[in-house]
Amino acid sequence: MLTIPFQHGLILAGILFSIGAMSLIIRRNIFFILLSIEIMLNAAGLAFVVAGAHWGQPEGQIMFIFILTMAAAEVSVGLAIVIQLYRRYKTLDVDAANEMQG
Amino acid sequence: MDVAFYIAAAVAIFSTIMTITRLNAVHALLYMILSLLSVALIFYTLGAPFIAALEMIIYAGAIMVLFVFVVMMLNLGPHAVEQERILLKATAWIAPAFLALILLAELVYILVQGGGGFASIGVMEPQQVSTALFGPYLIGVELASILLLAGLMGAYHIGRRY
Repeated sequence: MLTIPFQHGLILAGILFSIGAMSLIIRRNIFFILLSIEIMLNAAGLAFVVAGAHWGQPEGQIMFIFILTMAAAEVSVGLAIVIQLYRRYKTLDVDAANEMQG
Repeated sequence: MDVAFYIAAAVAIFSTIMTITRLNAVHALLYMILSLLSVALIFYTLGAPFIAALEMIIYAGAIMVLFVFVVMMLNLGPHAVEQERILLKATAWIAPAFLALILLAELVYILVQGGGGFASIGVMEPQQVSTALFGPYLIGVELASILLLAGLMGAYHIGRRY
């Protein structure tokens, strides 16, 4: 079905996902945190499409469309939070907003 | 077609690493757009041309433009012009431009090579995807529309001035 080995596609998705997860942990800028969430969502979608191509089913691509929709909704709310954080604290550092002491 | 996949994968990994290590948000966005474009090329080589188009239009087009708009909104100020001059230095755009050229060369290679490579991979036509999407997964489409509406109202509510 697929000339490219199934594992290689999944490995690529795993590498991209772990890069995003690492960035999510090491960066303290809320802008980059949102970007790394996008990277991780994209990698998850890539894994779905690779699996769908492997088994020749359209379900993988349908899941990617749902992930895309979810990413669009998530990023619009996230960017609104970025703007609100910048208005209140004049910085993009998430540690500035630790009023809940979490 | 295999070579195209591996080159695009290398470009995707490299540009993603560059994305998360940049200090400047605009530079990071340039690399992120490249990463999304290379993933779109990977989708194309995996026989999902419809998803490749969606990835380019919605991810690299709409979502990244949202990010760019927010960067522009946050950069307002007297030093914005000076900052813009710093952003346009050759070191900022030459690496993304080079990676984009690699992707363009790959795309031209695939197009010149013709549809010969497709038969072994098995392209999933948009018609096949849409038939399944609006058949058994119709409830998912409805839920997605509700989610988008909630996202719209949430962004409007959170983003307004107090």
